Amino acid sequence: MSSIEIKNLIVGYDHQQTAAVGSFIISKGDYVCIVGENGSGKTTFMKTILGLLKPVSGTVQFNGIRPKEIGWLSQQTAVQKNFPASVREVVLSGFAGKLAYRFFYTKQEKQQAENNMKLTGCIAYQDRCFRELSGGQAQRALLARALGAADGYLLMDEPMAGLDPQAQSTFYQCIEELHKKGMTILMITHDHRSLAYADQVISFAQEVKIMAAHEYLMRVKNVG
Amino acid sequence: MLDKLMMYLQYPFVIRALTAGILIAFSASLLGVILVLRHYSYIGDGLSHVAFGAMSMSYVLGIVTQKMLIILPITVLTAILILRVKQKKIQGDAMIALLSTAALAIGYLLMNVFPVSANVSSDVCTSLFGSTSMLTLSSGEVWASVVLSIAVTGMMIFLYPRIFAVTFDENFAKVTGMKTDQINLILAVITAAVIVLAMNLVGSLLISALVIFPALSAMQIQKSFLRVLLMSCLLSVLGTVAGLLISILAGTPVGSTIVLVYLGIFLLCFVIGMFHD
Repeated sequence: MSSIEIKNLIVGYDHQQTAAVGSFIISKGDYVCIVGENGSGKTTFMKTILGLLKPVSGTVQFNGIRPKEIGWLSQQTAVQKNFPASVREVVLSGFAGKLAYRFFYTKQEKQQAENNMKLTGCIAYQDRCFRELSGGQAQRALLARALGAADGYLLMDEPMAGLDPQAQSTFYQCIEELHKKGMTILMITHDHRSLAYADQVISFAQEVKIMAAHEYLMRVKNVG
Repeated sequence: MLDKLMMYLQYPFVIRALTAGILIAFSASLLGVILVLRHYSYIGDGLSHVAFGAMSMSYVLGIVTQKMLIILPITVLTAILILRVKQKKIQGDAMIALLSTAALAIGYLLMNVFPVSANVSSDVCTSLFGSTSMLTLSSGEVWASVVLSIAVTGMMIFLYPRIFAVTFDENFAKVTGMKTDQINLILAVITAAVIVLAMNLVGSLLISALVIFPALSAMQIQKSFLRVLLMSCLLSVLGTVAGLLISILAGTPVGSTIVLVYLGIFLLCFVIGMFHD
């Protein structure tokens, strides 16, 4: 079984430490939530796993999976909202990393993109322009794009931020469905509701701790 | 009026201007969509100033016939610097402003301190606004634009999925394993080549307009990337042909006439886009 193995990892920008993450393993099929204050290093940690940042020290090791087979849903602010592209074009671009020596997408990839749009419920507006979508619609389109790249692993950075409650529950259902199909979920979140779905929680505070989700919820309750 | 037009169309220099104009407008408008969406709208302006600085340098060094040997490498390097180097402390637009003003200052200073011809200001004016140079093209220059537009079209067709991915979300493309640096390098080299050639033929005022106006006009109306590209090409070719013919018939400066036609097209698209939504 594949896994992402994190060993003695310290993350940060330009050799400046943001957080000492430590060691643990994320196995295929896990549902892991990352919680913590703003600025505690959650996004830095995720970008380090994705290879966008170099670790200050320690390693991120991929067993049985290539780094580029991870799907990524970034913070919404990171994507251009005014881009003139159809939902279909955006979703299809999730496969760009798999082109290798080809120039164009294959029929299979186009079919797969269509399936991803069905799965996330954005097939209904696939011809609409990305800039005209509501926050929830845009987020589902970007999720469908991430699925194009994802081979069993999906990393998300506050996917619920800025969505209304209705859109949030649709989104949760969608992710839960993916998880049931075997997708590994690693999600940064501020929303305690998402912890109900999670197996494990990585908590970024003075120390970074990993624990079972129910254990974390108990602690939070006791403090509150 | 039609008679007058038909008469002019018999002159080879008019045909050459039309051919080169259409091809350059076509190439620039394709690149323009990418550049505008990546927030490099001013790169046409910036690079043409750099090319102007490099040109003055080549005059001072006494290299006139092979001046491209100096201009092209310097401009390509600058384009790479702007498009590839992600400096945290200097943003892309500030980088363009910095390099272009510096290059303009160097170029103008060199032309003044080491004057090559008696009329410095006319030389400067010609390279900035293209004046009538578009009507004095050689067939070699027309061929250069043929080759360049084939290169740009080929790049757009064969790298289309990659270019879309990098333009829409560069970080995501990088994460999924795309070699974004390579795509950026190709884009930088082609951008520099188009701008250097276009600057020589039509002046730096027009090249900025060729990059920005058709792309922005198409974006007001179209809702998919592919359609924006196609419409941008169409509008830019139409605008160039109309502008050229008007300037020949009315005797107005070529560059500014074309820019004004573009402005008209943009305003029209803007209004249509407002009602569209």
